[in-house]
Amino acid sequence: MSDAAPHREETFGDLVGRALANRSFVIGLFITLVVAGMALVSFFWTPFDVTRLIVADRMQPPSAAHWFGTDHFGRDVLSMIMLGARNSIAVALVAVVIGMGIGVPLGCWAAARGGWIDEALMRFNDVVFAFPALLSAIMITAVFGPSAVNAIIAIGIFNIPVFARVARAGALSIWPREYILAARAAGKNKTRITIEHILPNIANLLLVQGTIQFALGILAEAALSYVGLGTQPPMPSWGRMLFDAQTLMMVAPWLALFPGCAILLTVLGLNLLGDGISDIFDPRARRRI
Amino acid sequence: MTAYLLKRLLIGMVTLGVASVVVFLMLEVVPGDPARLMLGMNASDAQVELLRDQMGLNQPLVVRYLTWAGGLLSLDFGKSYTYSVPVIDLIKERLVVSFPLAIIALTLSTLIAIPVGLFAAARRGKAADTAAMAVAQVGVAMPNFWFALLLVYVFAVWLRLVPAGGFPGWGNGVWPALKALILPAMALALPQAAILARVTRAALIEVLSEDYIRTARAKGMPMRAVLWRHALRNAMIPVLTIMGLQFAFLLAGTIIIENVFYLPGLGRLVFQAITQRDLIVVESVVMLLVAAVVVVNLLVDLSYAVVDPRLRTRQ
Repeated sequence: MSDAAPHREETFGDLVGRALANRSFVIGLFITLVVAGMALVSFFWTPFDVTRLIVADRMQPPSAAHWFGTDHFGRDVLSMIMLGARNSIAVALVAVVIGMGIGVPLGCWAAARGGWIDEALMRFNDVVFAFPALLSAIMITAVFGPSAVNAIIAIGIFNIPVFARVARAGALSIWPREYILAARAAGKNKTRITIEHILPNIANLLLVQGTIQFALGILAEAALSYVGLGTQPPMPSWGRMLFDAQTLMMVAPWLALFPGCAILLTVLGLNLLGDGISDIFDPRARRRI
Repeated sequence: MTAYLLKRLLIGMVTLGVASVVVFLMLEVVPGDPARLMLGMNASDAQVELLRDQMGLNQPLVVRYLTWAGGLLSLDFGKSYTYSVPVIDLIKERLVVSFPLAIIALTLSTLIAIPVGLFAAARRGKAADTAAMAVAQVGVAMPNFWFALLLVYVFAVWLRLVPAGGFPGWGNGVWPALKALILPAMALALPQAAILARVTRAALIEVLSEDYIRTARAKGMPMRAVLWRHALRNAMIPVLTIMGLQFAFLLAGTIIIENVFYLPGLGRLVFQAITQRDLIVVESVVMLLVAAVVVVNLLVDLSYAVVDPRLRTRQ
């Protein structure tokens, strides 16, 4: 568009148009929707019932009946992957909600108050960052017992400082703006300014970080389940399926192939989605339009 | 710069202090009496009480914390509940596996990531750049333990080039030991390299738009020389920062990967200790790893000054 074009406010339609023109966004959204759809469908339908063990059907290679083959108990791998999707998404999503729910208010508070509160919160963040997150998650699940709920808490705790940091950095860049000054002159207090002006303006940053932490949560849940500290059998989980597949790899390599692909695709989809959202909202890209 | 480093050092020390309190308190709430665990089910209450006294378990919480934390400072981690040997000996035994593994993985990841980042940045927007970044995107999404399984399938089961797991020890020659570490190191390094390559590329692209790069090109300096001599050095700060952050991931990854390959390293030690409720070992290893992360991040701060002389004099 030329510089002479008259300036007009961007409509929601423009935003959708720009989103659909972004390759990362479209591919990422597609993959994410497929995985989410798979998880939703699993609530009322899976190709086979995974609670029934049919020994006669065990370790069948992929076929027309069992697209992804069957495992050592005769369970359909595709059905297990669908249930695993539900499990992975639930764990990672709740962990993101915990991280955002506590981290964002903390970060906004630190940015609004400044001074020693800000300093103390950020130093505390540094402490949490020094813990290798997965190691601490291992310790937490080991201490409080292995379960999906403890995995969620362990992953969620390490999302808190991440969101606090992003929210604080975003908020600090908004506070000096003129419209904030205007809002303050109008007599709005800091809490109200944060809710009405700061949060809407850092929402895109939080959304991008949300997809990143969601993806990391999927990876962390898989790793925890793989070492036996995450979701417990009989609930299928991708990490646990890979652990079971390891000893059977010589005879049934497909058991190790499909759950891994499921993790890879889900994480890839979320990362692409995050890249796409970040491109769409990038102010530098916006100026070029 | 000195003031900055002192501040970082102080933060590092505070981090360790807070970490030690958190780790100590967390394992304090674990159900189960270590003394009873050591003596077994058939021990009498009096015997258990005697051992609790000997182990100092009947002292107040603060005293026990101070004794433990004081011991950490002099590398005296106490005695393992299950093996009845000093924890430091167990750690030393396992460190000869985990430490080389982490170093090999870090080296591999750097050796892959920086050339790939340079390659992609120099061809920004071209097919080669797009392809390299697509591969990196997949690499970022790859769970390292799954990648490890695939490597085992291809190189150990199918091609039979390396063992599928286990560790022969350094006593039987360096080569067999290295052979046992090469697949785990690759599994750890490649996903890390993918992230690092993306960061390197992004940092280089930022630097390549600077005026001094255009000047260097204008006076006839070849692109390759510009990249290596001017651009890379100036792009090193974000790359080093990410390498520092990745070190924590690398350590945690080592724990998982050691379990895939049955390597007798710190990761295996932690898992055995967790199942045996040998909490003092868990505490010690966690603290050791946190200390490693703090030290590495201090080194990263120091390396900024080495890479960028301007930082040495800046206030």
